[in-house]
Parts: sequence; C-alpha cells; structure tokens
Amino acid sequence: MEMGQQVLQQLVNGISLGSIYALIALGYTMIYGIIKLINFAHGDIYMVGAYIGFFAITQAGLSIVPALLVSLVTTALLGMLVEKLAYKPLRHAPRLSVLITAIGVSFFLEYASMYFVSPTPRTFPAVMDSVAINIGGLVINGQQMLILGITFVLMVILTYIVKFTNTGKAMRAASFDTETAQLMGINSDRIISITFGIGSALAAVAGVLVGIYYNSIDPLMGIMPGLKAFVAAVLGGIGILPGAVVGGIILGVVEAFVSGFISSTFRDAAAFAILIIVLLVRPTGIFGKNTKEKV
Amino acid sequence: MKYLRKNDAVLLGFAIVLFALLQGLISGKVLSSFWQLNVLIIGINIIMAVSLNLINGYTGQFSLGHAGFMAVGAYVGVVLTTNFHAPFVVALLAGGLAAAFLGFLIGIPTLRLNGDYLAIATLGLGEIIRIVIMNIEYVGGAAGFKGIPHHTNFAWVFWLTVIALFFIKNFVNSTHGRACLAIRENEIAAESMGINTTKYKVLAFSIGAGFAGIAGGLFAHCFYLISPNSFTFMASFNYLIMVVMGGMGSITGSIAGAFVVTFLSAALASWPEFRMIIYALALIFLMFYRPQGLFGYMEITSMRPLNRIFGRPKEKQEGGRTDG
Repeated sequence: MEMGQQVLQQLVNGISLGSIYALIALGYTMIYGIIKLINFAHGDIYMVGAYIGFFAITQAGLSIVPALLVSLVTTALLGMLVEKLAYKPLRHAPRLSVLITAIGVSFFLEYASMYFVSPTPRTFPAVMDSVAINIGGLVINGQQMLILGITFVLMVILTYIVKFTNTGKAMRAASFDTETAQLMGINSDRIISITFGIGSALAAVAGVLVGIYYNSIDPLMGIMPGLKAFVAAVLGGIGILPGAVVGGIILGVVEAFVSGFISSTFRDAAAFAILIIVLLVRPTGIFGKNTKEKV
Repeated sequence: MKYLRKNDAVLLGFAIVLFALLQGLISGKVLSSFWQLNVLIIGINIIMAVSLNLINGYTGQFSLGHAGFMAVGAYVGVVLTTNFHAPFVVALLAGGLAAAFLGFLIGIPTLRLNGDYLAIATLGLGEIIRIVIMNIEYVGGAAGFKGIPHHTNFAWVFWLTVIALFFIKNFVNSTHGRACLAIRENEIAAESMGINTTKYKVLAFSIGAGFAGIAGGLFAHCFYLISPNSFTFMASFNYLIMVVMGGMGSITGSIAGAFVVTFLSAALASWPEFRMIIYALALIFLMFYRPQGLFGYMEITSMRPLNRIFGRPKEKQEGGRTDG
C-alpha cells in the first residue's frame, strides 16, 4: 500500500477508535465539570456496560440495538447507584478522600466482575455481517460505520439535552457553581445523579462498541481506556463537551498513527506523552479559557 | 536539640532490639519461607510508603507514579550487579541516584501542575517509564530480566529501612521540611512568605524518588526475575493506599500502612478471588469513617503514654504535627 493511502487508512481507524474514547471522555468531563472528581471508576462502568451488552446478546439473544439499550439503561442505573452509595456521603469531604474512594470503587467493580464473570476474556459475538466499503483502496468496515453512526446519534441527543432541556440548563448551572445553583432552586443532588446516569450510559455504549470492534472483552479492559478518556477530556479542556469529543478523536488518531507507523507497544505511552505536553503548554486544553488563580 | 538526640538514641535502641528479635526468628527458622519473604516485602514497602509520604503527605504534591521510580532503581541495580558484577551496595546507590535524578528532571516541569492534573501527569509518567523499559531489549523487554543474583537479605532491608526512616524524619523536622509543610498547608501563602516553592517541591520529589529507587534495587534482588509488569500504576496505587491508610503526614502511619497492607495481602493470598474485593471495600470504608488514615498527623513518639520513654516533647518539636 502506498504511503498516502496508508495515512488515510490509519486516519479512518483512528477516528473510529477516537469516537469511542470521545464517548467515555464525555462522561468523564461531565462528572469532573460538576463535582471536580476524577472518576477512576468510569472506565470500569464502561467495562460493566460491555459485559451487560455481551450477556444481552448471547444469553437473551437480543440484536444489537436492543442490547445497546439494555446495557445503556442498566449501566446508567449502576452509575447513579455508585454515586449515591460511594460519592454522595463524601460530598463535603476533602478532594483526596473522594479520589481514593473512586480508586476503591474502581477496584471493587473490576474484581467483583472478575468474581462473577471469570477473569478469562470473552469473545464478543459478531453482531453484523462483515460488510466493508472500499473507496479506492481505502477500507471502511461495517463495525467502523456502526461506531461512527451510533456515536454521532448519541452526540446529537446529548447536545440537545444539555443545550435545550431544563435538566441540561440545570446541569450547566450546577457545573458553573454548584452552591449558587442550589440557591437558585436547582436540586444539585438530583442533577449530579442525572449527570452520573448520562455519563455512565455513554460509557456503556462505548463498552459495547469496543466489544464489537475488538471482538474481545475482559474485566480489566476499562483501566486503560478510562485513563485515556481522562487524557482526552484534559486535551479538549476539561468540563467542555465539544472539547471531550475533539480530544477523544485526536487521541484516537494519534494512537492509530503511533501503532501503525512506529510500534504498537508505544501506543499507551503516546497518550500520556500528549497529556503531559498539553498540561505543560496549555493546561486548560484546546477549548479552555485561562483563569487567574485567586487567593 | 538535646531532646532530639535522646529521642533518636531511644529509637535506635528499639531498632537494634527489633532487628535482633526478627533476625533470631528468621535464623531459628521460626518463620516459614513465605513469611520470611513477606518480612522483606514489608521492609521494602515501608521505604516506598515513607518516601511517597514525603511527596504526598508532607509536601502535598499528589504523585501517582511512584512505582516508575522504583522500576528505574530496580533495573539500574540489576544491570549493575548482573552484567557488571558491581557490589550490591554500589548497585543500590546507583539505582537510587538514577531514580532521584530522573525525579529531578521530571519534577521541574510537572510540579508546576497541581492537584488532579499532577496526579494524572505523574501516573502517565510512571507508565511511560514502564513502557520505555518494556521496549529496551538490553534489559529483557516485556519478558523481564532474568538471572538476578539473590543479594537482598533481612539485614540489608532492615537497616536501609531504618536509614530511610531516620533520613526522612530528620528532613521533615529540618528547616527544609518545614518549608515543605508550609507548601502543603497553603502554597500561595508559603510563596508569599519567601519560600522557594519550586525548589522545595522538586527537592522533596527527588528525595522521594531516590528512596523509591533504592527500594526498587532491594525488591529486584529478592527474586530471580523482574519484569515491567511489577511496576504498573496498580503498584503505585498500592503504595498510595499504604500512605493514605496510615495517615498522610505521619511516618508512623506509613510504617503501619505498609505493614497492614502487606500483611493483609499475604494473609488473603489463599483467597485470591476475594482479596481485591475485600481490599477495595476496606479502602472505601476507611475513607467514610477515617479519611485521615489510622494515624492522621500523629507520630508514635508524640503519644502521651510514651512520653516518659522519649522525654517530654515540646509541642513545636513534634514530627510532622501541624494543626490545620
């Protein structure tokens, strides 16, 4: 394959992988925006989503769209439950305690799932016939189209919710200043809960899509994508929704190029290198505004 | 000053008695080989926890990449002993210095960040170190480094742990240590009082990294083989948990944390499927009911019943005790 075509091919692979990161990063950035918590457990919520999708397809015999819906709803409830049990009691605790709790929740989800579904990876069933479009040697396969399509639809829905509904307005207000929002009659607890629900639902969809893309899921699959989604969120500007999408896609593309042209073993290192460069050069991210530190 | 010397002498006496006791247990084969290995691991973990505590607990800089520095020390050490037949002590020192130097290099740019961003950046750096090691064929790549001579014994671990504890205890009680505490309490206020915050943050970070490197050297020479998989961020989390469990800002706490965590994971080794679940729940409940850790800011030398042994401490001379 000639060079130019290979670059385009990696770009396609990168964008589809990147849109999965974007889905996880959206949840991350929403949760961080509202309660300033790096939710280490977010990657594990994504893993649980993948497993629920897997069982919905293999055990209940559902097709892909109903399976996605089942996974989305269950995982949203799980996200809200985690928030209520683990994070809500620590609402006024120091940030560090909440962070450590998030690490604890993450371990719990990983190893409790491992106990129930066994640590061995599972082969995700093929949910669709292998179709592929070939545009002058450039191959876009069915899974990639499915990922791009579903991601696009979800992003439109999310944009609508955040921009035009009352809940969305309340979410934006609470992420700007939770206490003032409370004074203005917004039920912050309810909004935080909804944010966890929506974020977890997006992560669940990402989990199922990854299962379809790589054909394999395992209980520790959430760790790396979870961290990378945080990188994506920081890259775009944490707390900013379009930033998470752009950050996720950039990250996916960079990773595809690194594994395609350098070595796949450096893939994860590339993501963290991006993070450090961004933090040093422009800590507020691509879309972030600079704020002065106040004493 | 006089009080400090007496305190140190008493502690040293304790250390000698404890050493004799444990060495006796090991030489007399009272401890099984499984627990003998765990005694070594506890010592190494104490060095890791106390050096991380200097960064996280005393200086207030949230670092999540401590295992990366341990890896550097371990690999530098094993290359020196295995490929160059260097004496063990030289390998340990070289590993420690290499890790400290790397900590210095990494610290200058990253310590400008704070809070969550620093946490994720250090986590990323730890992973980058690991991935780079994984790609160096000279040290065995992902398969690991084989044929390491078995140098680490109880005496090495014990006395290096004691040295690390004394060094960090005295550092924290020195002018420099006070500057670090001031940075933890309020960075902006510390800076406006004329403390060079960058200098002290980098200093604490390098010292912490250096001791992690020494611990890495000890760790590597316990086993026949080491691989990059021993130094993932899960390992860093583990050290962080020891620090948090014991109390951020308490050396006694770090010792207790390292002891409890190592002991728990050794004792639960027969139930591997429940081990991490219990561990995770313990962590969550600890944060609910005792977020400051077992000891908080307290040191064992500042507890009332023990004052008679250690002499009457004045409040201001307490190790790491600050109200805030």
